[in-house]
Amino acid sequence: MGRRRSAVLTVLIALVAIYSLVPLAWLVVNATKTQEGLLSSFGLWFDDGRFALFDNVRQTLTYDDGVFVRWLGNTLLYVVAGAGGATLLATLGGYGLAKFDFPGKRAVFAVVIGAVAVPGTALAVPTFLMFSRMGLTNTPWSVIIPSLVSPFGLYLMWTFSQQAVPDEMLEAARIDGAGEFHTFFRVSAPLLGPGIVTVLLFTVVATWNNYFLPLIMLKDPQWYPLTIGLNSWNDQAQTVGGQAVFNLVITGSLLTILPLLAAFLLLQRYWQSGLAAGSVKE
Amino acid sequence: MSRFLKVAAAATAAILTLAACSDDSSSDITTPPATGSEADVTAALQKGGNLTVWAWDSTVKDVAAGFEKKYPNVKINLVNAGTGDKQYTALQNAIAAGSGVPDVAQIEYYAVLQFAIAKSLANISGYGASGLKSSFTPGPWNAVTPNGGVFGLPLDSGPMALFYNKEVFDRYGIAVPATWTEYVEAARKLHKANPKAYLTADTGDAGFTTSMIWQAGGKPYQVQDTTVRIDFADPGATEFATVWQPMISEKLVAPIPPWTDQWFKALGDGTIASLPTGAWMPGNLASGAAAASGKWRVAPMPQWEAGGQASAENGGSSLGVLDKSANKALAYAFVKYASVDEGKDLRIKGGAFPSTTADLQSPAFLNTPFPYFAGQKANEIFAKSARQVVPGWSYLPFQVYANSVFNDTAGKAYVSSTTLADGLKAWQEKSAKYGTEQGFTVK
Amino acid sequence: MAITYAGARAGGRRRRRSLEGWKFAGPFMLVFALVFLAPIGYSIYLSLYRNRLIGGNSFVGFDNYTQALQDAQFWSGFGRVALFLVVQVPIMLLLALLVALAVDSGRLYGKAFFRVSIFLPYAVPAVVATLMWGFMYSNQFGLIGNINDALHVTLPEPLSADLALASIGNIVTWEFVGYNMLIFYSALQVVPASLYESAEIDGAGQFRIIRAIKLPHIRGALVIATIFSVIGSFQLFNEPAIMRPLARNVITTGYTPNMYAYSLSFSGQQYNYAATVAIIMGLITMAIAYAVQLRGAREK
Repeated sequence: MGRRRSAVLTVLIALVAIYSLVPLAWLVVNATKTQEGLLSSFGLWFDDGRFALFDNVRQTLTYDDGVFVRWLGNTLLYVVAGAGGATLLATLGGYGLAKFDFPGKRAVFAVVIGAVAVPGTALAVPTFLMFSRMGLTNTPWSVIIPSLVSPFGLYLMWTFSQQAVPDEMLEAARIDGAGEFHTFFRVSAPLLGPGIVTVLLFTVVATWNNYFLPLIMLKDPQWYPLTIGLNSWNDQAQTVGGQAVFNLVITGSLLTILPLLAAFLLLQRYWQSGLAAGSVKE
Repeated sequence: MSRFLKVAAAATAAILTLAACSDDSSSDITTPPATGSEADVTAALQKGGNLTVWAWDSTVKDVAAGFEKKYPNVKINLVNAGTGDKQYTALQNAIAAGSGVPDVAQIEYYAVLQFAIAKSLANISGYGASGLKSSFTPGPWNAVTPNGGVFGLPLDSGPMALFYNKEVFDRYGIAVPATWTEYVEAARKLHKANPKAYLTADTGDAGFTTSMIWQAGGKPYQVQDTTVRIDFADPGATEFATVWQPMISEKLVAPIPPWTDQWFKALGDGTIASLPTGAWMPGNLASGAAAASGKWRVAPMPQWEAGGQASAENGGSSLGVLDKSANKALAYAFVKYASVDEGKDLRIKGGAFPSTTADLQSPAFLNTPFPYFAGQKANEIFAKSARQVVPGWSYLPFQVYANSVFNDTAGKAYVSSTTLADGLKAWQEKSAKYGTEQGFTVK
Repeated sequence: MAITYAGARAGGRRRRRSLEGWKFAGPFMLVFALVFLAPIGYSIYLSLYRNRLIGGNSFVGFDNYTQALQDAQFWSGFGRVALFLVVQVPIMLLLALLVALAVDSGRLYGKAFFRVSIFLPYAVPAVVATLMWGFMYSNQFGLIGNINDALHVTLPEPLSADLALASIGNIVTWEFVGYNMLIFYSALQVVPASLYESAEIDGAGQFRIIRAIKLPHIRGALVIATIFSVIGSFQLFNEPAIMRPLARNVITTGYTPNMYAYSLSFSGQQYNYAATVAIIMGLITMAIAYAVQLRGAREK
């Protein structure tokens, strides 16, 4: 709208940006250090003369028979199945709530928000015991199934569907005699694109960063996601004969967040418009 | 859809089962001897099978490989289910759920009684374990044989010694302290000469505190079946609280939490000049504080009485057979292999400190030079310490819980004006309250 | 509960009530029932029993609830998260709103850069975030230590008894300012341009426009962000729990109600009591979230 730009405002916001970026800078800087350099050099600057980033990356990927790569694969599995499934369920559910009137509808969201208010960490043991009886613990299912529920995604798709899909279009499709699922996939789904991308991104972040639930459900490192694996490397220093590998923990942390950052940057055009529509509606 | 329905149906069924199953743990505390004999073990080895082993100790990997090589019809599934209390949580969860329980698990000495009393660990005396008493040093053996049963075999041990940075000691003219009073003096001297350096680090650790009290002759825990006595005002505990208090109030201990990167850094650069800890420490020093290689040495523990010869255990683990294991005889065979047979040799080679008397006396072991300690034959000191461990120590049958609340109570002494003695008293009260709630008779 | 009025109103018009909608909402609700409702139901069941190491399981009615309501440790943890809620949440949301308004105002140089860089921390797992901040907070070798050495001062320890909660609040703020900023910013994007134009014709200043047009338009986003922040504060767990190894004496096992429930069930095997604590916290959280929503609706 062609307003004057303000240097003062820019500086103020730049302070917030620095606050946001300094810890990330620390991670990048320290990923270039050897285990020894990590402990003996200044934290926010590079270690003189030793630039071990590539060596660290190589070590991270090959350490302990390349288990990091396996963890990465697991994380991808959980993200594809968990976040993908969560997005699908939230999209269907949100659309159903927005575009249909059905018995029990008023109760649905009340129940969802009410349940979210109960601390998940405290429900961990009951959940574990149940899953264990079903034979699901220590399998990918124990991580994927709980990831399939995204209350925020449901809310977002609900409000987004109300706005993005005109009732008139649906009526027209119904008059033509199309089934509801047919209508959904042919008529509505294309309109829901930005909302779906947004929910997908949020559920991807949630699954990618999931820590607590896999910690309880999984015992076999072969099924660990990256977060648990990294933490187990961090713990390793305190076992008999255990090697301190803080440099690999730091490099691994960096490698863990890079794919997410890339996904954010690449898809930002879509998710920003999806969020805009979802959050403004009341 | 049908997948969801199936899972939902299973969930409903699971809840109903859980609701219906009341806990079967009875108040009868003495564990019956395991039904089984040495012949069963031989038979199980011939038959072969699969074993799941939970251990975080990295040397167990070699043991599993060695065992599979020796008995090709046995397949070991080795799982690192977390370190220490993380693994106990997993184990308790699996036991409560009744599925996914391993055949063999690594259990630290302080937790053995707890798992034995809950009947999670099998009494393996019938398989021939009771005949192995003379193979082990007394400290670890006592820890795995509470209430007249055998609930595991010692894997390693941690007889205590004083690890110190000789370079720092020499620079500031500090002699290796022979008593704890001298130790406190040395701490004052060092910190005065260099305010950035500390004689040791201590941010409040249940294992360290109980080991120090153990060495001082204290017996704060006494357990007789379901009757428990907790007393942190006994002479040993009082001695520790009195002598150690100035270390905290005068800020002579480095406020650096153990096992963090900064802790290792401080061990490497001389900020922390000594550590009284278990004999398993050398490997961790060599890998975590490589910068100080050649500077550190090992000395016997400072004493509570001048001229004393007392020591204590710190840390160390056993391997136990789980009561829910479907193949206890085979599980026992693995435990024995890992703790007294060839597996143990593989572990020593991997840097573990043994608890077997034969090894602690063998010249090859005693004469091993440690490059990190500039060639010092540190095992001589550790082996001597193992022989001097004060007998009669017991942990609580709920020590895992008690340790988890150490910093809530005794830890206050490190961050407020509460004295160590009062902190220990608060710890005692909290432990006693829990014991009472759990149905123990606490005195 | 909180948001029902939003959807029910727009969705209910001129459509026949049928079970058709359940075909869409059903799968979500089925999984939801499995991973939320079933464990909650089981927790309620557990909260009526007590299981002892010696003596086994027995029905105790509401004894656990009576005990929890008189449990000093529970209430001290509760007081802590309540304090966290009234201090950290407003700071975080105000900061997020400020940045969102600034980015939206079109008066910034490099607005795309700021939008993305402030959002980035959200992508960092709590484990990694806490590791990084743990380093920053170290007064031995970390940033605080570096500053102390360079300027010959002694800054207060971030993880000391007085400051630990603020330091944890800082981590949470760092993680979520960008996330909330983006929700507000996106809401601002869809304010109809015609409103601004008429306001400018009226000669309204920037602050007038913010107060009269922007804020009312993003009320929905503000209410949602507040409700999720309330829930987040009451459930505070990851950051203090992962930070705990650095300050065990300060960050106790009952530091927050959620940590308390966790340590009760995992260290103490007191599943029944832990379930009770969780249910009480859930009820309180629901009540407060509901109050926030009512207030948000009334101020319309």
